[in-house]
Amino acid sequence: MEITLRNVKQWARLGPRGVFGLAILDVAANYPDMMVMSADLASSSGLERFKNTYPNQFLNAGIAEQNMIGVASGLAKEGFNVFASSFSPFIAMRASEQVRMNLGYMHMNVKAVAIGSGIGMGFLGNSHFGLEDVSVMRAIPGLTIVNPADCAEVVKTIKAAAEFKGPMYIRLTGTANSPIVYEDEYEFTIGKSITLRQGSDVTLIACGSMVYEALQAANMLSEQGIEAEVVNMHTIKPLDTTSVDNAIASGKPIITIEEHTTLGGLGSSVAEYMSPLERRVRHLLIGLPDAYIKTGDYQYMLKDQQLDAESLAVRIKAFVG
Amino acid sequence: MKYPEIAAFAKFMRQKMLDISYQSGTSTHLGGALSMAEVMATLYGKVLRFDKNNPRWEDRDRFILSKGHGVLGFYPALLAAGIISEEKFATFQTNGSDLIAHPVMNLDLGIESSNGSLGHGISMAVGIATAAKRKNVAFKTYTLVGDGETNEGSVWEAAMLAAHLQLDNLTVIVDYNRHQNDGAGKDILLIDNMAERFSAFGWHAIEVDGHNIEEIVVAFEETVFNRPKVIVAHTTKGKGVSFMENDNSWHHNRLTKNNYELAIGELNVE
Repeated sequence: MEITLRNVKQWARLGPRGVFGLAILDVAANYPDMMVMSADLASSSGLERFKNTYPNQFLNAGIAEQNMIGVASGLAKEGFNVFASSFSPFIAMRASEQVRMNLGYMHMNVKAVAIGSGIGMGFLGNSHFGLEDVSVMRAIPGLTIVNPADCAEVVKTIKAAAEFKGPMYIRLTGTANSPIVYEDEYEFTIGKSITLRQGSDVTLIACGSMVYEALQAANMLSEQGIEAEVVNMHTIKPLDTTSVDNAIASGKPIITIEEHTTLGGLGSSVAEYMSPLERRVRHLLIGLPDAYIKTGDYQYMLKDQQLDAESLAVRIKAFVG
Repeated sequence: MKYPEIAAFAKFMRQKMLDISYQSGTSTHLGGALSMAEVMATLYGKVLRFDKNNPRWEDRDRFILSKGHGVLGFYPALLAAGIISEEKFATFQTNGSDLIAHPVMNLDLGIESSNGSLGHGISMAVGIATAAKRKNVAFKTYTLVGDGETNEGSVWEAAMLAAHLQLDNLTVIVDYNRHQNDGAGKDILLIDNMAERFSAFGWHAIEVDGHNIEEIVVAFEETVFNRPKVIVAHTTKGKGVSFMENDNSWHHNRLTKNNYELAIGELNVE
């Protein structure tokens, strides 16, 4: 699955969920020990083709996410490279104690794939949103958390995850017809952020679907004489502290942007890292509010929550002054 | 191992669980460990395939203690089976020990999983048994579940999937002592028909007197095809120590010197 303009356009139409299915189908050929699980959401997770191509490497747990994570752990214990997927709250919150016991305490090699995280589930409403998943997952020791920026990065993440030994929470944000951040091949390493744009006035540290909005906002601000550096912090845990150190050293204010509550997510992680340091910079946390939000289509909600590029530009400008 | 030897194994376990419980100087889960003794002695004395000198042997049978608070019925079995040493055993609940009040996964000590929170181990066991099926390897998976533990909904999620996957390489034993933390099960959440419940979920259910070694052995040896097996072991909480039997204050309690000596004395009476 090469990252070419033609491919990424196709993937963007499919959206992160469909691309997860494509990517897992693609990498499975190299991993005969791979096992993919779903909790009755295979068709919603782009896994139909995988199921038909590798029936012996697919396992449906039924609508029982807690058991799915436990079973995934048993499979991992016996050497399988397990990917277990469901909607974000059903893994991160309904089965959070299973994640804690199995992926945390026993450090099993299971990749939990949270599809439709953030507000990507649109009209399905807050019951299906991943508003608090990072807060909960981030508190579990030993878990790696990745939130890819676009569909190309979903492909990169799944490839890297297949090679990775250890528990991981992969958070897919955004919807079908999603924006494109990467048009060409690039280097992706878990735990290493990527600076996408240089700028001398402010550092925007974003993850997931907010990376594109941050880039767009930076372009708008540039026209107003404000130059923003944009960092794709695709790995939320472990945090790339070198990247944060560099941002602090530059003296520019930091703004973290995430499609997640500002309580306990990427912004909190950056703030927690920075607070004991002698040298700090001003830091604004942008994300979803500490509330369940009015539901609509994805674009409506981004605007309503002031997470679209135009609103971000206004908020960034107000903070930078 | 023959039946009298298994009985001796169980007696040894009871003595050891009383010893370390007393030596720990703390409250321990005695009642639900005493009820497990014959089942665990049969497992480690006769049923499970393992290599005491190589606890990581790939073809070993897997045992998961889903009722994680039952460690006093587990560590003595590992000791009697020669998997853990007397020295290691004596570290029970000392600071920094590998052997605490709930199992912590440690393959070198024959502990396959970390447990303590209920309703988890059975799911993991279903995953392990599924792995064996998918890899076409012969080892068997066993897990011991408490009857109180079946209050947890996840137990039944696991039971559904195991039946659906026709895991005839999986055996669940329910330690059906009819008590849980707060008292008798009938006063908390009635679970009167354990075997019927599993049967209704598609399992092959066998009911045994959980202190009758012959019945336990026969149940383990029964071959089942295309269905997981559950052995509902009717047991007595606190079995073997008269003043603990069916007295739920011994679910989690501290042994005084007097109680310890009384209990040990009873074990030595044939």
